[in-house]
Amino acid sequence: MQRIGVFVCWCGSNIAATVDVKAVSEALLKEPGVVFSTDYQYMCSQAGQNMIIDAVKEHNLTGIVVCSCSPRMHEATFRKTAKAAGLNPYMVEIANIREQCSWVHKDMQTGTEKAIILGKAAVAKVNLNAPLTPGESSVTKRALVIGGGIAGIQTALDIAEAGFEVDIVEKQPTIGGKMAQLDKTFPTLDCAACILTPKMVDVAQNEKIRIFSYSEVEAVSGFVGNYDVKIKRKARYVKEDICTGCGACVDKCPMKKVPNEFNLGMDNRRAIYIPFAQAVPKVATIDPNTCNMLKNGKCGVCAKICTAGAIDYKQQDEIVQEKYGAIVVATGFNPISMEKFDEFAYNQSKDVITSLEFERLTNAAGPTQGKLLRPSDNVHPHTIVFVQCVGSRCSACAEKGKEYCSKICCMYTAKHAMLVRDKYPDTDVYVFYIDVRTPGKAFDEFQRRAVEEYGVKYVKGMVGKVSPEGNKLKVQASDLLNNKQINIDADLVVLAAAIEPDKSARPLATMLTASMDTNDFFTEAHPKLRPVESPTAGVFLSGACQGPKDIPETVSQASAAAVKVVGLLAKDKLTGNPCIASSNELMCNGCSSCERVCPYGAITYVDKEFRMPNRTTKIRRVAQVNSAVCQGCGACTVACPSGAMDLRGFTSAQIMAEVDAICK
Amino acid sequence: MTKNMNDLREELIRMSGCKPSKCMSCGKCSATCPAYSEMEYHPHQFAGMIQRGEIEPLLESESIYRCLTCFACVDRCPRDVQPAKLIEAVRLVAIREQGKNRLKADQVPGMLDNDIPQQAIVSAFRKYSK
Amino acid sequence: MQMNEYKPLIVAFCCNWCSYAGADLAGNNRLNYPADVKIIRVPCSCRVNPMFILRAFQRGADGVILCGCHPGDCHYTSGNYYTRRRMALLFSMLDYLGIERERTRVEWVSAAEGAKFAATMNEFVETVTSLGKNKRLEDLRCSK
Repeated sequence: MQRIGVFVCWCGSNIAATVDVKAVSEALLKEPGVVFSTDYQYMCSQAGQNMIIDAVKEHNLTGIVVCSCSPRMHEATFRKTAKAAGLNPYMVEIANIREQCSWVHKDMQTGTEKAIILGKAAVAKVNLNAPLTPGESSVTKRALVIGGGIAGIQTALDIAEAGFEVDIVEKQPTIGGKMAQLDKTFPTLDCAACILTPKMVDVAQNEKIRIFSYSEVEAVSGFVGNYDVKIKRKARYVKEDICTGCGACVDKCPMKKVPNEFNLGMDNRRAIYIPFAQAVPKVATIDPNTCNMLKNGKCGVCAKICTAGAIDYKQQDEIVQEKYGAIVVATGFNPISMEKFDEFAYNQSKDVITSLEFERLTNAAGPTQGKLLRPSDNVHPHTIVFVQCVGSRCSACAEKGKEYCSKICCMYTAKHAMLVRDKYPDTDVYVFYIDVRTPGKAFDEFQRRAVEEYGVKYVKGMVGKVSPEGNKLKVQASDLLNNKQINIDADLVVLAAAIEPDKSARPLATMLTASMDTNDFFTEAHPKLRPVESPTAGVFLSGACQGPKDIPETVSQASAAAVKVVGLLAKDKLTGNPCIASSNELMCNGCSSCERVCPYGAITYVDKEFRMPNRTTKIRRVAQVNSAVCQGCGACTVACPSGAMDLRGFTSAQIMAEVDAICK
Repeated sequence: MTKNMNDLREELIRMSGCKPSKCMSCGKCSATCPAYSEMEYHPHQFAGMIQRGEIEPLLESESIYRCLTCFACVDRCPRDVQPAKLIEAVRLVAIREQGKNRLKADQVPGMLDNDIPQQAIVSAFRKYSK
Repeated sequence: MQMNEYKPLIVAFCCNWCSYAGADLAGNNRLNYPADVKIIRVPCSCRVNPMFILRAFQRGADGVILCGCHPGDCHYTSGNYYTRRRMALLFSMLDYLGIERERTRVEWVSAAEGAKFAATMNEFVETVTSLGKNKRLEDLRCSK
């Protein structure tokens, strides 16, 4: 049986004017478990708190009920008071008789009656309170960044800057991501390589950062502060620590006709390759699908050429196991497939290209050395049609397009159109748009410059059909402002394809128990106030994996994610919320109902041995709650069919007691 | 918008099973329309005008008979507005008013010749009369 | 005024993050609502077990209202969606048992909606009052 002390606060006249505090105090003294009851003008004042401390000592109180303002106001205060008196802080309950009683009722009698009932409910609850101690867990002071694009690079650099170790896992042979493929960047038109490659070098040279390139995350277990991650280092058949990146092997490789992924298949690479000149790490990789030596043992030229002896045809995939305190997801995006857009003839003509292919075509390091030539016949195009919103804002067919706006297309299309007109003033450039969306610093000015200074012809309307005829592309489109249908004989059509999260994101989300939206973008913990954290503690979001983003936004989000990671890693111990779910193993039947409703993935199952009445033992599958991950929402307690799951601090018995006290 | 037009709009939406409010005026339907030059009002205008209740001019217009019902607009529309079905609904409303039949049953025998497939005449009869 | 004025007994479950704060805001703004409403604080509306509601009716409550964050705003991301589904089932079952639909309600009240909280409670109390005493599930042994 508890020994409960009741402390009724007047709050000056805030409570005392509508509630007869003396009557409340007297009435509650008759409640079971209550051994002491008093009232005071300001319970939260130093004198009031001392009164509580003295009463605890004098009457050997085990529980405290304070009838005062909202617990959102002073619960923390009175918990501290209880701690100072030598009680467990969670033995305190507040009856809210100010915000929810004296301030909303005018009549003294009804106010007092209600205050007594609220006080009884709090007493009934404290009778069932148990001391709670927040769980503590250690923090591994190292972060993992998944994805080595500009988002991952920026996050890793910022975490390393703060003095913590970071590992980057990148599935490609080099870091750099999509930004490495771009030509110029809006709205300043500086070249992407010029601003990205120095950052890549910084990453390579930073002692705190390790790069696992050509690697993938294989399995994740653990929880915030204590993740165990298995990383698969795919065999690149070249010893990374020995290869100097001289490129002699690449020059001599006889397998010359492999489509070059970095240039989106617009030219060829060798079977052994370095994706681009500034690759980090600058190490060759052998493509096992096209290398003759690996396929049938007939070649071995690269091994003969390599003076360093870095080639190793016998290399195997390797699994590395590491511990991390925090994980940052920076898996980025891809343009969607244009296969299903028959009307734009993407599959029929080489001269219908996506915007990312256009980036490579105008890039000085691209397949045409930066000269704008048509892919089909290497002739300079004179009429270029840009089509915006290809697959974006498309709600008609989920297999074809995406319902959201891809956000970056309006700006990069303006950039492309402007660059073409700048380099080749003899070119006619049309941009077909539905809406031009350019919110951003200096963005709208940029788009207007394309129209006003560079003479790009913006047409409001969509392209309906592109049909190849001879060496021309017949483009049939609407001009809605002039209410006309127009036909253009174009040489090149550029499609601003919608962007979607990388395909690796979905399985990764499952491994991390991080939630995703219907479009496979990672969900943030709060759309406004916690935009770089996943609802799963210890998992952070950086860049386009959370939603379409341009480079400036990606970089700012990447740095924000880094700050959150640093905030976590700077702690030696994580103190949890003690009001979390716990499962009674004797009652649990291992049905998984709780696991399915848990938004945090805090529930796991273990096989446990139980003693049976007849001296035998039996192994049963029971639920276990991870105290570092559980946030205490209580969804599982209701889902549990056997009543094994309960929420500490808000147990079913406690809430039921409150209901009973109110309904008496 | 008169009360009457409001009812008519709801009727058109019900008949066609389309939601003109989903239209974001991209014009892809009109860009793709093979009968565009024959039409006074174009597919995207149907969506907008029905939404605004400007249905009278559509009922009076020849455009509703110029639509080939090829469904290219339905196929290409990124918002699933289905302009051809809206046009069809407007056409039906016009035809259902007495005396608006474009093709009367007794005209059909005169049209039969070896150059037009009979199926086309049957379709035309279905489309232009009620 | 009636002779013996009937006062209903209303139990309100409010989630800690939105609706409880909304109720506090109603207090801060001195927006009156009847004292018949007694609030129980829960971490999330999805913590409310249907048993609590049955118990309330068994013990003589005349109406039960559940308040949570607006859909999409749940502090725990998805708790209020569970509430919505669970209560849809429970309330239709209660209706079948003879506890009128109007006696049970789920309402979304944000921390900024003090006025909505007060208005909702005023309206709910009025509705329940017009329905009169709930006797359907009441355990008569409890009424003493």
